[in-house]
Amino acid sequence: MTTSVVIVGVGGQGVLLASEITANAAIAAGHQVKTNEVHGMAQRGGSVIAQIRYGEEVLSPLVPEGEAVVLASLERIEALRYSRLLAPGGLVVVSDQQIVPTTASSGQAVYPTDAEERLKRVYPKLLYLKAEEIATRLGNPRAANVVVVGAMSRALELPLEAWREAVASAVKKEHLDLNLKAFDEGRGAK
Amino acid sequence: MDCLPVDTVRQPTRNHIETIEKILCKRLHAIGPISGERSACISARMRRLKANRLGAGIPVPKMEVHLKKLISGNEAFARGAYEAGVTVASGYPGTPSTEIMEALVHYKDEVYCEWSPNEKVALEVGAGASLAGARALVTMKHVGLNVAADPLMTLSYIGVEGGFVVCVADDPGQHSSQNEQDTRHYARLAKIPIFEPADSQEAIDFMKLAFDVSEKYRTPVIMRSTTRVSHSSSMVEFGKRAMLRNVAFVKNPPRYVPIPIWGRKMRVEVEQRLTDLAEAACVSKANRIEYRDRSLGIVTCGIAYQYTREVFPEASILKIGWGYPFPDRLIREFAAGVDKVLIVEELDDIMEEHIRAMGIACEGKSVVSPIGELSPDRLRETRARMEGREIPVAEPLAEAADLPGRPPVLCPGCPHRGVFYGLTKHDVVVTGDIGCYSLGVFPPLSRQDVILCMGGGVTLAHGMDKAGEGRKVVGMVGDSTFFHSGITGLLNVAYNKSAATIIVVDNRTTAMTGHQDHPGTGRTLMGEATIEASIEEIGRACGIKRVVTVDPYDLGATEKALAAEIESDEPSLVVSRAPCPLQTRTMVGPLHEIDQEACVNCGRCLKLGCPAIESDGDTVKINSLLCAGCGMCFEVCKVGAVEVKEGGAA
Repeated sequence: MTTSVVIVGVGGQGVLLASEITANAAIAAGHQVKTNEVHGMAQRGGSVIAQIRYGEEVLSPLVPEGEAVVLASLERIEALRYSRLLAPGGLVVVSDQQIVPTTASSGQAVYPTDAEERLKRVYPKLLYLKAEEIATRLGNPRAANVVVVGAMSRALELPLEAWREAVASAVKKEHLDLNLKAFDEGRGAK
Repeated sequence: MDCLPVDTVRQPTRNHIETIEKILCKRLHAIGPISGERSACISARMRRLKANRLGAGIPVPKMEVHLKKLISGNEAFARGAYEAGVTVASGYPGTPSTEIMEALVHYKDEVYCEWSPNEKVALEVGAGASLAGARALVTMKHVGLNVAADPLMTLSYIGVEGGFVVCVADDPGQHSSQNEQDTRHYARLAKIPIFEPADSQEAIDFMKLAFDVSEKYRTPVIMRSTTRVSHSSSMVEFGKRAMLRNVAFVKNPPRYVPIPIWGRKMRVEVEQRLTDLAEAACVSKANRIEYRDRSLGIVTCGIAYQYTREVFPEASILKIGWGYPFPDRLIREFAAGVDKVLIVEELDDIMEEHIRAMGIACEGKSVVSPIGELSPDRLRETRARMEGREIPVAEPLAEAADLPGRPPVLCPGCPHRGVFYGLTKHDVVVTGDIGCYSLGVFPPLSRQDVILCMGGGVTLAHGMDKAGEGRKVVGMVGDSTFFHSGITGLLNVAYNKSAATIIVVDNRTTAMTGHQDHPGTGRTLMGEATIEASIEEIGRACGIKRVVTVDPYDLGATEKALAAEIESDEPSLVVSRAPCPLQTRTMVGPLHEIDQEACVNCGRCLKLGCPAIESDGDTVKINSLLCAGCGMCFEVCKVGAVEVKEGGAA
């Protein structure tokens, strides 16, 4: 049985760090793990996706459609782009951050104003978080990604200790306290 | 728990290769060989984790997992080369291959590593090292091998001394590439072996095997990766580094000099070598048959093996890891052992064509598209097609139908923007090149009209000019691209008296691939200070009389310089110079904001295409999390609505 997780966002938001924490938590819990990340041109402010799969034997590093038990998004509308990957009944965690692409700013397209309503319609199990606000309150808005990881962690059967070790392994020592708090806030978010 | 080999704690410390022992040792300050005491602490931690899991009623996977590390395919290629005893490595950055050299340079005390100016140079450096007796690795992306093809073809004839592997990363799906060529053709063209790993452990194992094969048969070897092998991480075990070879070139002209009298003899030997290699491929551990249900047998290679097992779990598989020369005997054995044969290969029908020519009936590209990358989802479609089932078409989500696209864009504060903005003032044809500035093709800047290949920005401009194009032609290349293959083009511009204006957008790094050094940065891959090749001086040495340098953040001066050079009928060179802010990680200037009272919503600042400037049609705002403080919006605003943000000083 392979567990699949998908984390999406915009280049520069910290999707890869969130992916790393998740993968490390799965390793700390003793699983085989495969991940896939986007590099190169796709990172320059583009839409970014990281995929994490773990279990006893993992084959494809790419998550097949309909198999992600968790879909996390660091940007509100990005969560809508990848709905095909979500498993039935899967948890969707969305940070309410809004990053308007140049396609919208230059008038070629419109950034939807009803993102939250759309998300609620599409995803029955939705956690819509003010992750950036929480992270800012804790001291650094850039830790929004770790708030999201905390919220995701509730739907994944990995021991809490593994998560905390994984956070510790992925962030600089001087930022550890803030990131652990961010994780806990996310994990406790309603 | 066994003590870990010393070298595991000297591994690259890049975040995403955090390993299980590192996680567990972090608190134990395990910077050094792991002692028995530390080891006991780690075991205790693992037992605790295990107990937690048992308490939660979750099955506990095998415990030896904790000795494994999660590393990317590219890191694994580097590790494999290190373990194989490589002492010289060279390459040119290119997605998805770049991180191989970046991981290998962590072993710089034991492996000489360099970014060469281009792939041809890199391959020749590796060839020289090999002929002197060292094991050499050369890395590049698929299109890089086109540049390096000339030396590779003849190195096949000359043969190698120390093992020689060129690791080439293909990009099926064109995530970051201008084409989707299949490197396997080059193995056949050069008559040399090719290996195709399916995960990180195989990247290590096959790399070591490839060096052994290279030396045993005195042949260069291609290690083919693809985006999903290079940029996926999976768990591996490390081995020890091999004994190093003696380096001493032995003079032997009939062997190393392919003048016709000797070259013809080499030609015959190449064919004999292919026969021997084909036999070796049949018994190699890189190729294996996995019999399951015999009604369907699938021949597959590389990452496609993983997708195949995911989607056809019951099928028998001939897994090809050593793809050329073809292991004919093994293919016949497999085909005879199954009822029906399907070939699942990414991109071209190279195996299929060969297997059909062997007289074996099979399906392949009739059900597996040759275009784009494969995935479990695409193979599910293949399976449905074969079983005559309807392929379910997912209902497009109404909620996602009108989402604005999010293509990659020039970053906030990108210095290239100043040049592109200046060019919007002129009705010119811009021949572009490969790099971040490719992104200048998108609206609102729209100032790249054609892109062909590395260095093509310079040469296409000259060709268009000579053809009599009525508008002025401007050729654009980046700094790294200029050193890669722009110099010969510039020499041609001067020599053959072009009226084209050549612009080098010098951001002091190879930015698109993640900020690698090049001959103009003053630093080597190994971190040593070195020469800073001057683009202006090279231009003058080529014979260009009009050479001008601009600061692209000064839009007025940039526009003026561009206008003067575009006006001129002489060959001219404009160097736009400012470091990439993504690399310097500093603000270009103070944060800016828009005074909503003063803003008349004229849209002038939006013509910069800066992702930090956001508009919903009615109001324009600057996203202070994205703003890099370059001030170009301040310069273009005619009503003084853009101002330095309060408390936003850099």
